[in-house]
Formats: sequence, C-alpha cells, structure tokens
Amino acid sequence: MNKSVYASPDQVSETKRHILTVLVDNEPGVLARVIGMFSGRGYNIDSLNVAEVSNDENISRITIVTHGTSEVVSQIEKQLLRIVPVHSVTNLDKEGSSVEAEVALVYIYISDTNKKKVYQLCDLYRARKIENENNTTIFEIAGASERVNRFIKEINEITKVEIVRSGPVAISSIQKNEEE
Amino acid sequence: MNNEITGAEIVLKSLAEQGVEVVFGYPGGAVLPIYDTLFKQNSIKHVLVRQEGGAIHAAEGYARSTGKTGVVLVTSGPGATNVVTGLTDAMMDSVPIVCITGQVPQHLIGSDAFQECDTTGITRPCTKHNYLVKDVNKLSSVFHEAFTIAQNGRPGPVLIDIPKDVQFASGTYEEKNKIIIPSHRLFEPSPDFEKNKIEEAVELISNAKKPIFYIGGGCINSGPKASKLVREFISMVGSPVTMTLMGLGVVGSSDKNSLGMLGMHGMYEANMAMHECDVMINIGARFDDRVTGRLDAFSPNSKKIHIDIDESNINKTINVDVPIIGDVKQVVEKMISVWKGKKYKIDTESLKLWWNKINKWKEVDCLNYNNEGKQIKPQYAVQRLYELTKNTKTFITTEVGQHQMWAAQFYKFEEPNRWLTSGGLGTMGYGFPAAIGAQVGHPDALVVDIAGDASILMNIQEMSTAVQYRLPVKIFILNNEYMGMVRQWQELLHGGRYSESYTDSLPDFVKLAESYKAVGLRAKTTDELDNVITQMIETKNTVIADIWVTKEENCFPMIQSGSAHNEMMLSKDQKQDKKSAEKGKILV
Repeated sequence: MNKSVYASPDQVSETKRHILTVLVDNEPGVLARVIGMFSGRGYNIDSLNVAEVSNDENISRITIVTHGTSEVVSQIEKQLLRIVPVHSVTNLDKEGSSVEAEVALVYIYISDTNKKKVYQLCDLYRARKIENENNTTIFEIAGASERVNRFIKEINEITKVEIVRSGPVAISSIQKNEEE
Repeated sequence: MNNEITGAEIVLKSLAEQGVEVVFGYPGGAVLPIYDTLFKQNSIKHVLVRQEGGAIHAAEGYARSTGKTGVVLVTSGPGATNVVTGLTDAMMDSVPIVCITGQVPQHLIGSDAFQECDTTGITRPCTKHNYLVKDVNKLSSVFHEAFTIAQNGRPGPVLIDIPKDVQFASGTYEEKNKIIIPSHRLFEPSPDFEKNKIEEAVELISNAKKPIFYIGGGCINSGPKASKLVREFISMVGSPVTMTLMGLGVVGSSDKNSLGMLGMHGMYEANMAMHECDVMINIGARFDDRVTGRLDAFSPNSKKIHIDIDESNINKTINVDVPIIGDVKQVVEKMISVWKGKKYKIDTESLKLWWNKINKWKEVDCLNYNNEGKQIKPQYAVQRLYELTKNTKTFITTEVGQHQMWAAQFYKFEEPNRWLTSGGLGTMGYGFPAAIGAQVGHPDALVVDIAGDASILMNIQEMSTAVQYRLPVKIFILNNEYMGMVRQWQELLHGGRYSESYTDSLPDFVKLAESYKAVGLRAKTTDELDNVITQMIETKNTVIADIWVTKEENCFPMIQSGSAHNEMMLSKDQKQDKKSAEKGKILV
C-alpha cells in the first residue's frame, strides 16, 4: 500500500491487473485530470481508452487498465473519485464478472511463400481482412487481450507485421434491473 | 438584451452575491477589465499586494482566521505562475480559496502570446478544481460552483481562468440559487455507512483502557461548533488528547486532557501515549509523515478509528479498523448521542492507570531548555510573547522552520482559528502575508507573525502592503542568522557541515522597517526582551521586532526521520543509533 516517505510496514497483497471504468463529465481537461492523478501519484496506466457513451448527458467512459496491489488500486479509486467531474469509478475485478474486448489492426507483410500460412492463421482466429484502396493486407482482430496477444505472437512467427491496439474496454456482466 | 452585463461585471456581481468582502490581488494586462469594474464599485475592497505570491498567502490567512473563502485576483502568465506555491499550500492544508486569473483573449490562446501560459494545465494538480471560461454566459454559474466546491467537503483552492475577451463580452447573470450543481461534483457522505460505523466506534472507545484522541486540522475546517463538540466528547470520555500542528487550538492548551502537539517536534508524552494506546481516535487528521514517524512501528497495539471527510485519506498510509467518512461536527455529534444513549462509561480504574503512566512521561519535561545567561533563547522569546499577549485576542502566524516549531511548542492556543501556519507544504514566506490576511479579517485583533530571519525575506516586499493599508501586523523575528532547521539537520545528519545555511548580509531589520515607514525594534539581551514585546504590542503601526537569539539552538524534542514515536531524541547528547540515522538521512 504505502505512499509515504517511510517504508511500507508490510506488503500485504500481490500485484494484480485491474480494469477500472470511470464515468466522467465530458468537459475540457477531464482526461488530463485523470492521467495527471496517475502520473502525479506514481501509479501505472497499462492502457487507457476514452469515448463518449451518451449523447444526451455528455458523459464519457474512461477504461483504464492498471496494475498494483489491492491497497494501491483502492487508493487509485478513491483518488479518482476526488476529481470533480468524475461520476463513478468501478473496479470490474471487484464487481465479480465482466467481459472485456479490444481491437487490433494488423498490417501484414505478405509474400507468395507465407500467404497461405497467414490466411490460415487469420481464419483460425477469425481475423477479418479490411478492404482498402491500396489493397494491402490489413486484418482486424477483436476479443480479449489474451486472444489478441496469442494471435500477434503467432503471426509474428510467420512474417513481419505492424500493429495498433486499442487497449481493452470492459463492461460488467452482472444482471441489472432495467430501472437502474 | 437590456439585462446583459459585461463579463467583468458578472465577476464582481458573483463575488458580491457570494458575500465576498475583500479581494487580494495584483493588476495586469489580462485582468484590466475586471480592475476597471472594481474601480467603479464600493462594496468589495481590494488589497494590493506587492507580489502575487503574497496575495494568495494573504487570502489563506484571511480564510483560515475567518472561516470564509479567500479570494485572489491576478493577471495571466507570471501572475498565474506566482500563485502556484500558494495554491499548492492551500491544497495541502485544505484552505478554501477562489483564485481568479486573467488569460489572453481566446483567439490568441496557443500562440505563445505575451504573458500567456497554460494556467489551467499548470494548476490542475494544485487545485481542487479549475476552469477556463470560454462563454460569458457560463461565467456566473462557474463562479457559484467554484465557491461551493472550494468550501464543500474537504475545502481547497479553485481557480477560474478568464480570457480577456470574455471579460469584455456581454452576457446574462444567473443568481446563486438558480444554479444546480450535480451531486457527483460535490462531497456527500453516505448516512447509513456512518451510522453503523459510529456505533462500532463508540463501543470501541467505551471499552478502551488506554485511549487517545488524535486531533487534526479537519476539526478546524468543520467550524467552531466542531471544536466545541470534540472538547465535549473528550471530556465525557476523560481521555487524553493530542493535536497535530494543524489542529492546535481545537482543544485548549490549558485543558486538563490536553497533551499538546504530537509528531516530529511534538511532546514526549503525546508521542509515547500514541505509541502505547489501545484505542486511537483520529478526528480530522491524516497520518502525515511528520506525525507518524516510522510506519512499521507506529502505534503497534492499537485499534484505530479514523474520522475524515476525504475517503482517500482512509488507509492511505496507516490501516485503520473503523473508518468513518464524514464531517467532524456531524459525526462527533452522533458519537456523543450514542455515548449518552447507551450510557457508556469508560473503566475508571484502567483510565487512572493510563493517566498515571502519562503523568510519568510528563515528568521528563521534554520542552526543558537551558535558559542561562543574558542571550535570548528562542524558546524563551516565544514564552514571553505568549505571556504578554495571552490576555489579548491574538492571532499567530508563522513561517517555516525552527521558529515555527518553537511557536507550536511554546505558544499556548486556547481557541481554534487563531494559529495559522503552513503545515503540509511547509512554505517559507507564508507567515507574513498570512498575517496581513488575518489582520484584514480582524482589524482590531493583535496579529503576530513569528518568523525566522531567512523565511521573512521570502515575502518581505509585503511590508509595503501592510503599511499602505495601515495594518498593524507585528513581525517577531527570531534572528539567529541561520536557516535554523536546515542547520539543525546538517548538524545532526551531515557532520556539522553547514552548507549554505548561514545567512550572510542580512538587512538591518530595524532600518528596513523604518524605510517602509513602519516601526523597527530590537532586543539583544533578555533584559530588553519584555520591553520590546510590550512596545511592539502597543505600537499602532506595522512593527518588525528583531529578536537576537542564540545562534545554534536546536529544536527538541525530536523524532528523527526513520525513527518511531518511542524513539524521541530529547537533546543533542542523545545520539540516534548510527544505522537508523543512515536510513533516516535519505528521508525528508
């Protein structure tokens, strides 16, 4: 836990990956406030995703993947809540069950020798070829980060690739009542 | 539309509706429209400082001595960057401030225009919230929200950056009660959570054998009623109580339950009691590192109750058993009613034993110092100041360093809001402008800045402000020609190599005062001291009293960095063991 000038008395829990989803007012500077809190207090951001989720209320959802002990992550949650435009902070790992997904776009260097293997692998992973005006081989793969990681590892063994990844977004899968 | 007014007028109207009486500021290009409007009205007073850093500390002093929100008005660029230290200070010590900064007109933003800076970007981490107002029609709602946010929950500084074109533009004014602030933007405690925890906490206290109350600045921020309730509850329990630097005055120094301040330069009995207690009741304090000392040896055998309005303070450095999120006065009021309702009473036998133990620790007489000779000891100077001012309504401010700790140790505070010091950030140069702010808020009171010779020079330009507004602030300099606390650490931890801590070429403070048309006094020996203090108090003018004190006095008792509450150093002769001294050296 401790963020103090003095050494921590006992490191109580192990470091784990956590996905936090933060609802914020969509106003200028809000992302900077969130990111600044992480860098200023020495916390980690593994990936971050932000998009407006409701048109009428002007609310954005920020999905942050971080890692730390449960004490650190609980402190992160509380520090996030201090930020004025933050509505709510949900730790999806604490919620119990959630689903997550991310998108990767992969530019694949293709040749006659590896073409067959590449297409087979993409087929296996249900990666979708994206048509484009230059007719280059760009595939899109979506799913849990684990799956994307595996795909990238295997395609790397076949040929050279360039990759962009969105970082995961996630949502709680717990049954909710409609009124909520 | 005919009910439209300019942005600058909206600023003044918002301040007036918020009940603002005084603004501390400094004009400049990007706030000229606001200053022009200020010129045309009489309801809000403006105090012109001599550097923006002075304005924000003055606003802090005003806020902390009156309980109102301090307001600052400065220009763009350097005006804004000069208030950054004060904003950070207010953030750390939870002082409600609204700071208005001018900004270059919107079409110039981003062009590296003259006196342009990214004010909201620079101040984001050192404000509770900040705004760049681009639409004149949103100006009044921003102001009303800003004042609410500054005061709500854990108070703090809020900054409003206003481009010059918005100050000139016309728009409509909305009244305070027309503004609806969404609840997520404010602090709201959950009432259910509190109730259960309060009952648990009160039961825990009732079963305590060695309880101690650990009181912080949150009790002062919660208002005078909070201090009254805290005192009432403590006397019902009969428990000893210790206060942090920020909490001094919540319980009177003469209260029989008070053990005085705790922490690095706190009382031996207070720290020992914290170490050995079985139930600790933290009200409005945050387990600051100056208080806890070494964390792995902090009060090892106690159950800890922590009442705080800011949830992020819970389990931040110290894990607690019963956390209660809420405002001190509400929580303590409920605690008292539970205590009364359940007819709780603490076991008198064990409480007596506990007090016996504490009284033994008191016998150590940890503030004892050698007061021989004609040379003035700094501790003695503060003691005399206290004796000669205790019957007057007195506000004490300080700078940062040895003199600050001696003031905390030797000046006895009986009431909240009378003691203004920079605790969290430790800002040298805080005390004098803060005293100016306190004097503006309390024109008839005696306001004394207990200062060091190094700290006072950090904002000495404010002499001009004090004299201009005929503010009879007293600057009481404990002059040892050193940055005393730096020198002390160098002596204890760096082999006595006094690297750059001696202040050569100090001004003649008496002549300095006179050059500002203030009064300068000097005491060189104990014989002159009382006379100088009396003269200082009686002078109806700004005074600098230059008190020459022994040069190499150390501030004791002391918990050295890296040590625990039960490892206090009472004097120089008692050296810390080498291993923990080495470990402590890397800490602050």
